[in-house]
Amino acid sequence: MGVSDTFLMGCGAGFSGDRIDAPLSVVDAIATSGRPGAIMFETLAERTLALGHVARRADPTQGYEPLLAELVGPILPVCTRAGIPIIGNFGAANPPAAAVLLQRLAVGAGLPELRIAVVHGDDIRDRITLADLAVWEGDAGLAGSTDGLIAANVYLGARPIADALLAGAQVVVTGRVADPSLALGPLVAHFGWAWEDWDRLAAGTLVGHLLECGSQVTGGYFADPGFKDVPRPEAIGFPIAEVSADGACVITKAAGTGGRVNVRTVTEQVLYEMHDPAAYLTPDVTLDVTGIAVEQAGADRVQVRGARGHPAPPSLKATVSFEGDWIGEAEISYAGPNALARARLAAEVIGKRLDLRRLPVRRRLDLIGALSVFDDDGASLAARAPEAPEVRMRLAVSGAERLPVEQSLQEVLALLCCGPAGGGGMRSQVRNRVRTVSYLVPRNMVSPQVVFA
Amino acid sequence: MTRVALHQVAHARAGDKGNRLNVSVIAYHPDLWPLLLEQVTADRVHALFRHRGATGVIRYELANLHALNFVIDEVLEGGVNASLNLDIHGKTNSFRVLGLDVDVPDALLPRLPAFRSDP
Repeated sequence: MGVSDTFLMGCGAGFSGDRIDAPLSVVDAIATSGRPGAIMFETLAERTLALGHVARRADPTQGYEPLLAELVGPILPVCTRAGIPIIGNFGAANPPAAAVLLQRLAVGAGLPELRIAVVHGDDIRDRITLADLAVWEGDAGLAGSTDGLIAANVYLGARPIADALLAGAQVVVTGRVADPSLALGPLVAHFGWAWEDWDRLAAGTLVGHLLECGSQVTGGYFADPGFKDVPRPEAIGFPIAEVSADGACVITKAAGTGGRVNVRTVTEQVLYEMHDPAAYLTPDVTLDVTGIAVEQAGADRVQVRGARGHPAPPSLKATVSFEGDWIGEAEISYAGPNALARARLAAEVIGKRLDLRRLPVRRRLDLIGALSVFDDDGASLAARAPEAPEVRMRLAVSGAERLPVEQSLQEVLALLCCGPAGGGGMRSQVRNRVRTVSYLVPRNMVSPQVVFA
Repeated sequence: MTRVALHQVAHARAGDKGNRLNVSVIAYHPDLWPLLLEQVTADRVHALFRHRGATGVIRYELANLHALNFVIDEVLEGGVNASLNLDIHGKTNSFRVLGLDVDVPDALLPRLPAFRSDP
């Protein structure tokens, strides 16, 4: 297998909110290589999808990835010229509306013939009865009332994406699909792997898993100065996988970009959000990484091979979202001599004030700078917090109603006059939350379709 | 034998799904891998998260990657939609695990990335 037989699978975004100038170096590298390739965008976390549904409810033309135009607009000309398909779950809660925007961008770029396919079928809200479905085991403790249903979206697999590409799509817009399927779809379309060729499907799924978080495999979320250094983190090149017909790949990035690809960056991403490494479940296959080899194959080049596959799980996972509670947060700083004692006193005063007013909220107090994220909601470790030059006292409260949450935060504001000496820099915010629970859905309840816009 | 923070010996990354957290711990050098296997046990990791309600820890061993993968249940105070923690995803917890102490045989000290021999 020569280099010219490889397919270049790139990634332009790893979450909603990623760097908007990242995709261009990826598609330029694919285009100048002269080899076939595609670029994927993964912008849809569970919470992001729920927020999309809320946005769509307020305005039926919204609900897709808010940065879609900024992410995809600049690469449309080169992708069209070089024949690089774009695949993204940036349709979020409203893929048809995303397709309308893409059509408008294409016309603006002088590409009115752009073929855009929309994958339908992930939105199953009107097809299911939650009482009939099992809750995914990891969320067993989270399932509660099924009132206030906002949305239910099942994770689709790679098949509709491959179908769309084989039918000539230049852009494939999806809502909820399994993140690795965004890469497996184009790989199956290109190499013609069979849908029961489990080892190939596993290898393509591993490619997608390594790419789905964008720069997290090329030096993003990695730097630890003095231990794991990353060159030019302000200009990290997003990943490109050079995939062979047998599914082995080399992870790399565009020449001249920042970041780093080595065995360490790749190994961290292999295990990212993985539970049983012998059984990573997607709609397409069960992936086993316990026998893979990860080896340096040159500067910023790492070869990954040896993925094994087993049949896909019988059920599909669905994210179901409900109206959640209100959360409020307020912070105030104490600095200099005796800062920790003053912040601690502020926290005690807030606790007593909330008790006195009998506000119906759940609460947590932190001493940011001394101890916060490693503590629990009961602040069981805070008594041992070390002295610090600056400490920021934080109150977090949640409740079913907005008013008592706001009233709780107002107590932190009142510390500006009534609290310990030298408090300053008070900030607060209140927002509504969405609650999500994962369910298992039988495959026969799901039927994806591809529609050209 | 020298006692150091696990941070000197291994690197780590955390990820969340619902109320479940996984933390990978990866040896900086293949020679350090047996030390992880022996000393970074599921019980020790569970002890780090018991105050947050963790109900169980499973340790997966990946000899091919010189890595351990810890899956920690019920540790995220209800997950991103319910937690009052600043870090709703629990992503900072990779460095809580790296705060564990481990004993390194002196012969292996040159394998540590921040090793400085005495002048």
